[in-house]
Amino acid sequence: MAMEKQQAQSPVEAERTRNRRVFVPPVDIFEAKDTTVLIADMPGVCEKSVNITLEKDVLTITGTVEPEQHEGYSCVYSEYDVGDYQRAFSISDDVDKDKIKATVKNGVLRLTLPKAEPAKARKIPVRAE
Amino acid sequence: MLWTEEYRRGSDPFREIQHLRREMDRLFSGVTRFRASDFPPINIWTSGDDAIVTTEVPGLSPEEINISVVGDTLTLSGVRPGQEQEEDKTYHRRERGYGKFSRTVQLPFKVEAEKVDAKYNDGVLRITLPRAEEDKPKKILIKAE
Repeated sequence: MAMEKQQAQSPVEAERTRNRRVFVPPVDIFEAKDTTVLIADMPGVCEKSVNITLEKDVLTITGTVEPEQHEGYSCVYSEYDVGDYQRAFSISDDVDKDKIKATVKNGVLRLTLPKAEPAKARKIPVRAE
Repeated sequence: MLWTEEYRRGSDPFREIQHLRREMDRLFSGVTRFRASDFPPINIWTSGDDAIVTTEVPGLSPEEINISVVGDTLTLSGVRPGQEQEEDKTYHRRERGYGKFSRTVQLPFKVEAEKVDAKYNDGVLRITLPRAEEDKPKKILIKAE
């Protein structure tokens, strides 16, 4: 898709109490040796306004952003809207759920999902009989 | 009025079609509301005396963004860091943009370049551009005879 922000089709099953637009943050997900890393662009959020929940293998990222308001100014040109962020991923069992780490810097969320011990490649010795 | 150069998205075979579609929308819509095809997307706010330009540039630190003002044009440029190239790394999704960007925007009036103020917070850049003194409208007093 192009640069524009994508609006969420159906953010959650339940209706939200905040009457705010909700966007789907673009993400990069890559797998390294022992971890899976998720990076999401969420301009406007800080570590206090981002929320990560893990429930029944569903990892949900939400971020709240206060709308921009400039007293005495009127908007003459607009290419983007400000709103909250939400996106959910289903996580497989081989993630060590207790060791998930999250950081936010310059509006970018970085989630590190370490692989659980049994999921790591294990060499099975073959014995000669 | 607005342009961008060499800005790549992950891998998108429909980019050209999207671009064409947007250009068509632009031609026929005739409204000031654009969908951002260029990075970074910007909003412009004005009062009589100054303008505020806000833009979303996540993932850059303040010193990585170049802002320059000449007359009534504002140029934003920089490089969004690409994927960290490491071995044994497999990508499942690549949706975030990366690469060089440069954008020039024409403002509604000439700007006092010395007094431009820029703040960067949580991936959002906010630039305040005061209107140049010589460009401000002159108030003409009407004298009663």
